[in-house]
Amino acid sequence: MSHQETDISRRQFLGKAAAAGLMIAPGVMLYKVAQARAPEMPASSSNRWGMLIDTSKCATGCSDCVTACQTENGWGGENSNEVHSAPTQQAHWIRKVKLTDKQTGHVQSLPLMCQHCENPPCVDVCPTGASMKRADGIVLVDKHICIGCRYCMMACPYKARSFIHEELHNQIPYAPRGKGTVESCTMCVQRVDNNGTPACVEACNSEGHKAMYFGDLNDPSSDISKRLKEYGATEIRADLELNTGVRYQGI
Amino acid sequence: MKTLTYKMIDGNSSGYLALLAILGLFVLAGATAFFYMEHNGHWVTGMSNQVVWGIPHVFAVFLIVSASGALNVASISSVFNRKIYKPLAPLSAVLALTLLLGGLTILVLDLGRPDRLIVAMTKYNFKSIFAWNMILYNGFLAIVGVYVWFMLERKMNKFSRYAGFAAFFWRLILTTGTGAIFGFLVARDAYDVAIMAPMFIIMSFAYGLAIFNIVTIAIYSWTDRQLGDVIFERLRTLLGVFIGAVFYFVTVYHLTKLYATKHHGVENFILVDGGIYTTLFWLGQVIIGLLIPAILVFHPAFAKSRKALVSASVLVIAGGLSQMYVTIIGGQAYPLEMFPGKIIESSFFDGGIKAYTPSLPELALGLGGFALSLLMIALAIKVLRLIPDNLSDAEIDPHHKA
Repeated sequence: MSHQETDISRRQFLGKAAAAGLMIAPGVMLYKVAQARAPEMPASSSNRWGMLIDTSKCATGCSDCVTACQTENGWGGENSNEVHSAPTQQAHWIRKVKLTDKQTGHVQSLPLMCQHCENPPCVDVCPTGASMKRADGIVLVDKHICIGCRYCMMACPYKARSFIHEELHNQIPYAPRGKGTVESCTMCVQRVDNNGTPACVEACNSEGHKAMYFGDLNDPSSDISKRLKEYGATEIRADLELNTGVRYQGI
Repeated sequence: MKTLTYKMIDGNSSGYLALLAILGLFVLAGATAFFYMEHNGHWVTGMSNQVVWGIPHVFAVFLIVSASGALNVASISSVFNRKIYKPLAPLSAVLALTLLLGGLTILVLDLGRPDRLIVAMTKYNFKSIFAWNMILYNGFLAIVGVYVWFMLERKMNKFSRYAGFAAFFWRLILTTGTGAIFGFLVARDAYDVAIMAPMFIIMSFAYGLAIFNIVTIAIYSWTDRQLGDVIFERLRTLLGVFIGAVFYFVTVYHLTKLYATKHHGVENFILVDGGIYTTLFWLGQVIIGLLIPAILVFHPAFAKSRKALVSASVLVIAGGLSQMYVTIIGGQAYPLEMFPGKIIESSFFDGGIKAYTPSLPELALGLGGFALSLLMIALAIKVLRLIPDNLSDAEIDPHHKA
């Protein structure tokens, strides 16, 4: 048998195998989507949850994402339970930011929250390990071992974290918050673990703005991955090479 | 050198008791402030989600850095074998311990959850400089504690040099760690520069020695013991050298920042139009903390003046606190540069200079920690034989001619 014949037969084999794989893959995908992760199952590194924000569709003055986050996670807003804290002391899990180009005057608007970095500075500096990253890329604070040193707040390049300055009442059970500890966007982990979408993304889409996308960055077939591949996106403070889970288009 | 007699102070004069009472009141005020802040939460302070570390950290980091520097005299005697410093080595080491304890007390009591100190002691993230520092601080207390024991216990004296070596290297690492708390912060323009670690070491030399000078001269003057010109001259010159070294490092730090265009914003803020931070830098850190003390130390007119050295030391401390305020709070007041070339505005106060006004409880906590350090050293000299009875030139200088 010549080398050429061998190569041809190998190619034929690989082609058939790939075709068979494609036949199987949709089934596998359906299985994965239909099955919510059981509570006892740990988060998997096969996922990397992320967000994509299209700033061209994000309207100045619109704060639907912020309101949705407040309602979902029980912070800020008209019924804020931080009654004593000054505005500078109140928590912000997500905020709308207005950018004006110093030279051209061009104005942009975007939501800013925890960027869920692959290499988060907040996790690096936390002395107790309270600041942590799940296997699926979501960066969280373990409120049980946070000592309230605020070093993570010094280290975060995005000012994404807030310290709780007072006793809080009327909390939402799935989004616990505590006086003297630090908190930030959880990417609505309570929803993601049940195959849901973060409240901000859901609100942005249900209002028809379609400026925010959520999905698995590790899954090439996900909507977010396809969009990232086709249109590209930018990280805020890309110079730090943190490989953020939240990406922006149009900045 | 003759055999020196180490004696405890009598500690029953009305002046001594008044000193204890005043320091005790400050400690009490600090403790009250802690309970007030802990009960209510940090909303009663000037700290916020914009400026997260306030005046308690200024005092805490100052004391921790000074602790390392207070060990200078002991280190010079043990490591560099300069016998003339040896009589004051035990006081130097115990002062280092009390300053560190005072600083750590502030740091712990300002935590959001000080009740979780045990968590901080049992769960370590070894990539965190804070976690390293917890090990470094505890190690410093242990090593310097053993060092003091070896110096005070006659049978162990022969080992004190080795403990002195260990303490010397440990304190260099400790202050490197303290400087790295800021130097390794990549997010903020005022930090993120490796020179902060050696700069903190040099600053520790000056601040620690300044406190040591005041404590030593006060003890010898208030207890009518003799402190000769030979020792005095050494302490004076040493402070002068350290002031010069701090000046050099501060200059290089700012030149490094000024060279890179991206840091011009923060440098302009600190050096030109930063309001209180600019004032504290030029007036507090440079003029009061470096230039005037340098004149007091080096000008021949003040060469024999104890008051001039005490004044210079007080000014170095004032300059040190100003420096910590500029470094810690000024560094946070300047906004994060997330979008170069853009003006950034938001409901979370992005973009603007962050306001911070220290509240009374915070100030009380900081001063209370400082007072606690001094109270501990005041009590230590009453219960331990730390200070030679007589350090006149005739006692310590073999070449002395009356």
